[in-house]
Amino acid sequence: MKNIKFMYSKITLLSGLLLVVMMSCERDISVQTEFAHLSKTGDIFTDSPIDLGSNFYFPYTGSKPSAWSVDENEGYESAASMRIDVPNNNDPEGTYAGAILRVDGPGRDLTEFDALTFWAKATQGVVIGEIGFGQDFGLNKYEVSETDVSLSTDWQKYIIPIPDPSKLFDERGMFWYSAGTQNTGGNAYAFWIDELKFEKLGTIGQPRPAIVNGEDLVQDAFIGLSLQLKGLTQTFNLGSGLNKTVNAAPSYFDFSSSDPSLVFIDQFGVITANNGSAVITATLGAVETEGSLTINTVGGFNLAPIPTRDPSNVISIFSDSYTNVPVDFFNGYWEPYQTTLSSDFVVDGNNMIHYTDFNFVGNQFANPTVDATEYSNVHVNIYLPEEPSNLDFLITVRDFGADQVDGGGDDSFKQLFFDGDDFEPGVWSTLEFSIASMQTRNNIGLIIYENINGSSLTELYVDNIYFYKGN
Amino acid sequence: MDKTNKYKLRIHTLLLKSFLFISILTIASCDTDKTQTVATFTNLVMADEFDVEGAPNSEIWNYDIGTGPGLDGWGNNELQYYTDRPENVTVQNGMLVISALEENHNGSSYTSAKLITKGKFSQSFGRFEARIKVPGGSGLWPAFWLLGENVDVDGWPQCGEIDIMEYRKQEPTKVSGSIHGPGYSGESTPQGQVSKSYDLGNDRYDAGFHVFGIEWGYQYINYYVDDVLYNQITPSDIAVTPADAVYTLNDRVDAVEATDDIPAVEAVEPTDVTGDWVFNKPFFIIINLAVGGNFPGNPDNGEAFPQNMLVDYVRVYKQ
Repeated sequence: MKNIKFMYSKITLLSGLLLVVMMSCERDISVQTEFAHLSKTGDIFTDSPIDLGSNFYFPYTGSKPSAWSVDENEGYESAASMRIDVPNNNDPEGTYAGAILRVDGPGRDLTEFDALTFWAKATQGVVIGEIGFGQDFGLNKYEVSETDVSLSTDWQKYIIPIPDPSKLFDERGMFWYSAGTQNTGGNAYAFWIDELKFEKLGTIGQPRPAIVNGEDLVQDAFIGLSLQLKGLTQTFNLGSGLNKTVNAAPSYFDFSSSDPSLVFIDQFGVITANNGSAVITATLGAVETEGSLTINTVGGFNLAPIPTRDPSNVISIFSDSYTNVPVDFFNGYWEPYQTTLSSDFVVDGNNMIHYTDFNFVGNQFANPTVDATEYSNVHVNIYLPEEPSNLDFLITVRDFGADQVDGGGDDSFKQLFFDGDDFEPGVWSTLEFSIASMQTRNNIGLIIYENINGSSLTELYVDNIYFYKGN
Repeated sequence: MDKTNKYKLRIHTLLLKSFLFISILTIASCDTDKTQTVATFTNLVMADEFDVEGAPNSEIWNYDIGTGPGLDGWGNNELQYYTDRPENVTVQNGMLVISALEENHNGSSYTSAKLITKGKFSQSFGRFEARIKVPGGSGLWPAFWLLGENVDVDGWPQCGEIDIMEYRKQEPTKVSGSIHGPGYSGESTPQGQVSKSYDLGNDRYDAGFHVFGIEWGYQYINYYVDDVLYNQITPSDIAVTPADAVYTLNDRVDAVEATDDIPAVEAVEPTDVTGDWVFNKPFFIIINLAVGGNFPGNPDNGEAFPQNMLVDYVRVYKQ
C-alpha cells in the first residue's frame, strides 16, 4: 500500500483542454454579440428563500393563502425551513394548501441539473397530493409533478427527476405543491420542506418515457374531434436502485403521427382527428416512449342544439354560446365512492363534457356562487350513446346558503328525476326544469348528476349547462 | 483500515487536483503521462483490445455453454442459457458485446454468454483490469472475475474465486469486489466471503465505462475502480464460517499393500485448506452476463431486452 503512486492523467488532460479553449477565446468577440446570463443557481430554499425576489409565492384559487411560512424553529440540520399548514377542509379561508414558487425576475438556467431535491417531514404520516416544478402561471410548459408523495414524521430526502434538463434553459417555476386533507379525514396537519434545490446528482439514469401510461390504446374519435394526449410520464432509476415516475408536460416530448394529414398532433399534445386512422407515438430526449394511441375516426359528431336564448337572460356554467361563470370543477372526483372519469373533448371548436365510468359527478361553481334568484330555470343538454332500459337519472341543484360553502347547515337543494322517456340513445336531449320552488337560490354552487337505481349507464356527454329566466 | 485508506486517498485527490490546475494555468504545459494511476504492475503480458470484428479471439477465449454442470443455473438459480452464438457474444466497433436476450432456448427463458480463458490463459499474481460498461436493466448480473485453475480437480470453493467486479441494478452506483475460498465461500450464513463495494457517489455504473481492476501479489489483492484504490484483502481478513467447516483438496491417497509387483503405498490424508489463503497460484479469467439468480433477483415484468454488457479491453500485467 505504501508504494502506490498517484497520478491523475485524466485531470491533467482536462485542464490542458480548458487552457486551449481559454487561449482560443482570446479572439475578439463581435460587439453585437450579447449573451444571456441567466442565473445557474439551483438553491430555492435553504434556510430562507434563495434569489427568488420579493414576490414569489402565489397560492392557488381556493387554497388557504396563509398556508406557507418560514419556520425558524424547525429545519433539516438547520434552524429554519418552509412550513406548510394544510387547513381543515371546512376552513373558510381555503380548504387546502397549494401554491407555486416563481422567481420574481428572469428565469434560471437549470440545464446542468438533473433533479429537484428536498428534505421533508410532516406532523403525521400523510400522503401529499402533488409536488413539482415548472408551473409559472403562464404556459406551464415544462411542468413536472410527482403525485401521492408520502411523508413521515422524520426528515427524508425526496428526488423529483427532471425529464429532460436541456429544456430548462429559462425556467421561473421553481416549485409547486398541492396538499389537501383527503388522507386525514378532513383534519389539518403541517409539513416542512428544507434544502429545496435543483441538484446534479449524477445517479439518475435509465430514462423510460411513456405516453398513454405506457399502454397501446386504440380509441374511436369523431371527425373534427380534438383531445389531449394523456398519461405522459418519465421514469428514471434513482441512485437507490428504485424507479421514480413523474408526470411530464407535453413540451418535454416530441410527438409524431403516422399520418399527420389524417390525425394531427401539435407540440402541446393536442390531437385533431380529421379522417381515417393513424398512430400517435413520441420520443423524449431521443428515447422512444412506451405506449401509443391509435385514433380511428368514426364519422361526424352531432353537436348539441345551439342555444338561442338572449345572453342577458342566461347565467351560463358550460356553453360555447355564452360567457361562462368561473367553475371550480366539472368533476370533483369525490373519493371513495365516485367512479366517474372525465374524457372531455372538443369537436370543431365546440367543447364537450364527456363522462365515462359514470355513477355520479358534480359541477361546482362556488367562487363565487351563482345568484339565480331571477334565473329560476335550468337548461342541460345530455347525450347518451346507449340507453339502459331501467334508466333513472337524478339532477340535484344545490344552494350553499349564506356561508357560500358546501355544507354548514344552511344549504338547500332541488332534485329532478328523469327516466328513459326523457332520453333517446344517440340523440341530444334537452332537459329544462324550474328551481323556483327553492326558498333560496342566491348562492347556488353545485349541480350533481347521478345514475340511481343501478342502471348500466356508464357514458354520457353534457353541454350547455345554464340558468335562465323567462321562457 | 479500509476506511482510513479511502479517506486518505480522497484527500490526496483533492490536493492533487488543485495543484494540477494551478500548475497548468501558470506554466501552460500539458502532462500527457498516461501511467495507470493506482496500479504499479506495468509489464503487459496479455491483452484483448477487441479490435477485430466478429467472434472473440479464439486463442484467448473459451465459453461455458448451458445452465451449469448441475443444470441449476450455475449454482445460483440463474435463468439464462449460455451460448457462443453471435447473437449473444460478438466483437463490434472495438467492443466485446455480451447480449442477454429474452427468448426460449433449450428450456431457458433467456440467453447470454460467459467467456472464460480456462485452458488458454491463466496466471499467478499480476494486474487484471477491464474497461466495462454494465447494462442497467433489472435482474442482470454482469461480472468480471477469476477462478483458480485447479477448479476441475479440487472443486469450488477450494480453488478460490476473485471477483473483480459484480453489479446489480438495486445498487446502480456500487460495484463489489470479493474473494471466495474454503471456509469463506459465501454459501453459509453469515456469509463468509470477503467483500467490499465501491460507490461512485455522483455517478452510476450503467451510464458509462469504468476500469475495474485488481493488483494481486503474494498474500494480497488490491481492488480499484478507475483511479481509486478502494480495498486491500489479505489473509488476515479471512474468517471461517461456520467455524467448524472443513474443506480439503482432492489429493487423498489410499494405502496400497505391497505385492510381488508393486511396492507398498502409504495412505495420505487430503490436505485441509479450510480458511487458507488459496490465491498464491494461477487463476483464469471469466467475463459473463447472467440473468436472474440469487444476487440480482429476476428481471422485472416488461424489462427491455436485449441488454448489452460492453467490454472495451481486458489487460493483464506482471510486476
